[in-house]
Amino acid sequence: MAVVSQVITPEVLTTRRPTGALLRSSLRLRRTQIGLGLVLFILAIAIIGPHVAPHSGSDFVGTPNSTSVPGALFGTDHIGQDVWSRFLHGGLTILVLAAASTALGLVLGIVVGLIAAYSRNVVDDILMRLMDVILAFPQIMLALVAIATVGPNPLTIILAVGLTTTPRVARVTRGASQPVVERDFVAAAEAIGVPRFRILLSEIFPNVLSPLLVEASLRLTYAIGLIAALAFLGFTTNPGAADWGLMIQENYIALTVQPWGVVLPVAAIALLTVGTGLVGDGIARAAAGIDRSRGAG
Amino acid sequence: MTTARPAIVVDRLQIGIQGSGLDIVNDLSFSIAPGEVLGLVGESGSGKTTVGLALLGHARRGAEIKGGSVRIGDIDVLELDMAERQRLRGRVISYVPQDPASALNPALRIGTQLREILDTHNYGKNGEERRARVAEMMREVALPDTGRFLHNYPHELSGGQQQRIGLAIAFACRPRVIVLDEPTTGLDVTTQAHVLDTVRDLATAHGVAALYVSHDLAVVGTLASRVAVMYAGRIIELGPAGEMFQASSHPYTQRLIVAIPHLTGGRELVGIAGHAPSPGRRPPGCAFEPRCTFAIPQCREAVPDLRPIAEVHDVRCIRAEEVRLQAPTRSGEIPRDGSVKTLQPVLSLQGVHAGYRRKTVLHEINLDIAPHECLALVGESGSGKTTLARSIAGLHGDRWGIINFNGTPLAKVARTRPREIRRSIQYVFQNPYGSLNPRRTIRQIVSQPLEVFGTVKGDQIDRRVAQMLERVSLTAAYANRFPDQLSGGERQRVAIARALICEPSVLICDEVTSALDVSVQAAIVELLHSLQRDLGLSMLFVTHNLPLVRSIAQRVAVMSNGRIVELGGVAEVLENPKAEYTSRLLSDTPSLELALETAAVS
Amino acid sequence: MLERPGPAGGPARTGGIRLFILRRILQGLLVLVLVSIVVFAATQALPGDPARAILGRGATPASLAALRDQLHLNQPKVVQYLTWAGGLLHGDAGRSFAAQEPVSKLLGDRIVNTAFLLLVSGVISIPLSIFIGAYAALWRDRPFDVVTSLATLVFAALPEFVVGVALVVLFATTVFHFLPAITLIPPGGRPWDQPIAIILPTLTLVLAVTPYVVRIMRASMVEVLESDYVEMARLKGLPERIVLRRHALPNALGPTFQVIAINLAYLAGGVIVVEYIFNYAGIGGALRDAVFNRDLPVVQAIAMIIAGLYVALNLLADIATILVTPRLRTRL
Repeated sequence: MAVVSQVITPEVLTTRRPTGALLRSSLRLRRTQIGLGLVLFILAIAIIGPHVAPHSGSDFVGTPNSTSVPGALFGTDHIGQDVWSRFLHGGLTILVLAAASTALGLVLGIVVGLIAAYSRNVVDDILMRLMDVILAFPQIMLALVAIATVGPNPLTIILAVGLTTTPRVARVTRGASQPVVERDFVAAAEAIGVPRFRILLSEIFPNVLSPLLVEASLRLTYAIGLIAALAFLGFTTNPGAADWGLMIQENYIALTVQPWGVVLPVAAIALLTVGTGLVGDGIARAAAGIDRSRGAG
Repeated sequence: MTTARPAIVVDRLQIGIQGSGLDIVNDLSFSIAPGEVLGLVGESGSGKTTVGLALLGHARRGAEIKGGSVRIGDIDVLELDMAERQRLRGRVISYVPQDPASALNPALRIGTQLREILDTHNYGKNGEERRARVAEMMREVALPDTGRFLHNYPHELSGGQQQRIGLAIAFACRPRVIVLDEPTTGLDVTTQAHVLDTVRDLATAHGVAALYVSHDLAVVGTLASRVAVMYAGRIIELGPAGEMFQASSHPYTQRLIVAIPHLTGGRELVGIAGHAPSPGRRPPGCAFEPRCTFAIPQCREAVPDLRPIAEVHDVRCIRAEEVRLQAPTRSGEIPRDGSVKTLQPVLSLQGVHAGYRRKTVLHEINLDIAPHECLALVGESGSGKTTLARSIAGLHGDRWGIINFNGTPLAKVARTRPREIRRSIQYVFQNPYGSLNPRRTIRQIVSQPLEVFGTVKGDQIDRRVAQMLERVSLTAAYANRFPDQLSGGERQRVAIARALICEPSVLICDEVTSALDVSVQAAIVELLHSLQRDLGLSMLFVTHNLPLVRSIAQRVAVMSNGRIVELGGVAEVLENPKAEYTSRLLSDTPSLELALETAAVS
Repeated sequence: MLERPGPAGGPARTGGIRLFILRRILQGLLVLVLVSIVVFAATQALPGDPARAILGRGATPASLAALRDQLHLNQPKVVQYLTWAGGLLHGDAGRSFAAQEPVSKLLGDRIVNTAFLLLVSGVISIPLSIFIGAYAALWRDRPFDVVTSLATLVFAALPEFVVGVALVVLFATTVFHFLPAITLIPPGGRPWDQPIAIILPTLTLVLAVTPYVVRIMRASMVEVLESDYVEMARLKGLPERIVLRRHALPNALGPTFQVIAINLAYLAGGVIVVEYIFNYAGIGGALRDAVFNRDLPVVQAIAMIIAGLYVALNLLADIATILVTPRLRTRL
């Protein structure tokens, strides 16, 4: 056994609440701080933006694709609307849809993954084969198939993104839970007859929380990218309304004359996804650090 | 002792944690003559593996060799640059790792791994000579030298065979010095005995100086001519093997010896309270002082020097002379009788079979456990002893035959058993690092059965938890901690407390000490023994450690290949074994008695 | 105490490998069948009458009936599914609603174009990312590793279309102008005829895949470098380059294959967006247009192609992993 890992003693780390400690120690990392800053910044634009925008999202303020229109900070878009106002209005939809679909995918995925890992039998096989079927599609393609049949309404998008997120979360949950299921404290609980769902909830789940936190931020990152990409491809829940993804698509043709209609939303989405990515990585690093200092356990 | 020039001289070796100023190993000096085996003994965290690696000029990630010298002939290994060290390693000094299963590359055939060390160091004149050397090595470590065998991948060999490959690789280039890092940990006693024989033969036959690193005094005693005992990064005693056992002069060595179970004459084991300090927490004086019964105020002032107390016998204790006079505390013989079987058995196993999928691993087990009796179940790994224990506890469902508890047949799976039975039969697991949920506090862990059984409510729960923790010699303050803030021994005590809070009538202990150091093992066995006596528990004590049986059980069942090959009173079975398997097990088990004999001979 | 396995039986049985591959192929086919059911069922959820959707509002009842007949819409769903799935096996994916052409004809050239784009991206990104990942692991916590780690983190987080659009802004329109912003492939032409035009789409895809493979390769390599057998190889006195080439790298590659396969399969998702950005004539762009026009036969066909690609890549990865991991081989 590695002598060094024993040498850095477990006592050094006095954790009270393991999950709280994880979040706290991840917040001490510079990348988590930057990531969180970025996320909060974009969140602020998306939430406060609509209230401070000089125009409504659909007001016409000047000639199309012009960069010098009085009162329009970043010029006008392809049909003469104020780019800055549309930008301020366009963030909320993406964020709400992404959060909702990630939440759906996480809940379903965690339930499926925990049950699969703990059942260790046919149930596991069936569940994971089903997940494989969903995994056989790139997320964006399944979303497109759903849109092709039902149309791009909010529910379709949340369901499509949420359900395609499920198997990915389920795999991570199952993978993290499998070694935990084999550990003796689960057997100890079984031996005294702790009910199955209590074992899942209070013995196994707390032990897979840190990989799941990482996975949650990862999935949120992808959900944002995916929903923005769908809008970019022209599939928004409310055609004509301001939406960052849609803005990029609408103004893409005029990129050479009026770049702001593209650059602003692209930058916002980039900062947001990089922000969530950094937060996830920070949590992952903090978790790895804690595991290491737990030593030979 | 040889007067020949030592093959390797280690002088004031100092190894620290990188960038911290803390030392893992300090002021370490010894030498080994050609053909001599020096045993380096220490419990986990003492720094013994770090020392072994430093002899090859290697430090693991996070550790750093800070000073001292390691001389082989005229060369100081620590002065060499990387390329020169490479040329030295494997050719002049080689290493046998602790766990051969992970130290052999899983993706390369064993023949390739043997051949590459010869190729790297240009052994012999040509490929033909190297091929011959590979075959010769295989014969020396008693493995087949056929091409077919060399074509195997490591995972296709048994643990013993893998370790023989490790030895073959180490001896391949005929080095002058060899470092063996607990090479028999994890092997069965029979395999261990064979590997030890091979090591001894090869070392003497080729005049190789060997450093044998181990946590097991008994193993070292049977192999080494001199023994060095390490504690908290320093050698605290160094002397001839025989003297070390009979006239040990450091309190720690003495306590260590008392903690080792004896094969003959059952003795109560005496553990050492507390645990060894880690770097950064070592006291300014003698590191053992906080746990030492000989301690006086001066002990805290400075680290004692390693000084001679007899010929070639050094010790690091200011009261060594007094300590030396005091023979290790011989505790009284435990009265054991094998005739408690008059009462109706608590547990009765009739024709029990068990398996995994289609493979049967338990055959026709018949066994009774009487009230207030401790029955030991002994066997090597794979003998089925754990499966049997788990079947009784309802953790292994794939079994048939009858297991009666107070005359009532038990359901196969714990979940389907009545609450009263789940409460009455308690199980303590082998590995305390795995049996406590790291995300729950000790209070939550210990009180879990109370919640499930609903016997105790409200603030009574905290009182019961505190009682139980005190019962296992912890304090109520432990209740707020998490398992990773506890040492291995403390965790095992918590696991025992969790079992006791149910007020069971049967306690099943599955290899509960195998993950612990000897001194801690002794303390746990002490605790279990007193609990069993005071609470009148019936106990099934599963172990692979034959001498340990003496110190706790009244009767013993010996298992081999899923069958019980011998069953009887402890003294009767250990002194006059009937089954051939038992006698072989006994003769292969390293023990202090054997160590003393070996030391007397040499 | 570790429980050790008893002496395992002899050298690897090669028959096991063949059986394993066969079993994996069958499993893959099963997934494909399930996928086809999902695709078929999903497209059945279309509200209203597909025949009317195709012919539009001015259709006569007679022509509607004729089309329904032609599309087998009057038959039970099971028969419809079997007819469709059977057709797929013969390369007949039905007729496009929008183009009124056989889907196979519509997609033929586009499949080749997309395959080419994926191939070029894969060939560039895989060796590159294995190299970067291994190198970062070797220089763990040094500047190269820190920079790589941050770069992969950022690029892994960015959606493909953001990267693609940013590249266009940077190199084709606003900042510099030396690369074409779109890939124009004339009918009958091939993408490899104009290598300049495929630089940006390829770069976008490479940037999408590389971060993942780099990260898994680095993690895998770090683990292997910390392993007992690599330490042992060093203690045997092997030169560092042999330690790395013979002992570390092969063992680090095993777990990486799976991730490579999954990421290549997801390239197929990224390709939808990338082809749309660069107006590249492949099946990704076609899928976007088909979804826009609700051209179900085309959507179905492309969904099946991409799912098939995923299954095939996973199969290859499994076989590759088995081949570099002797331990798995014997356990079969």
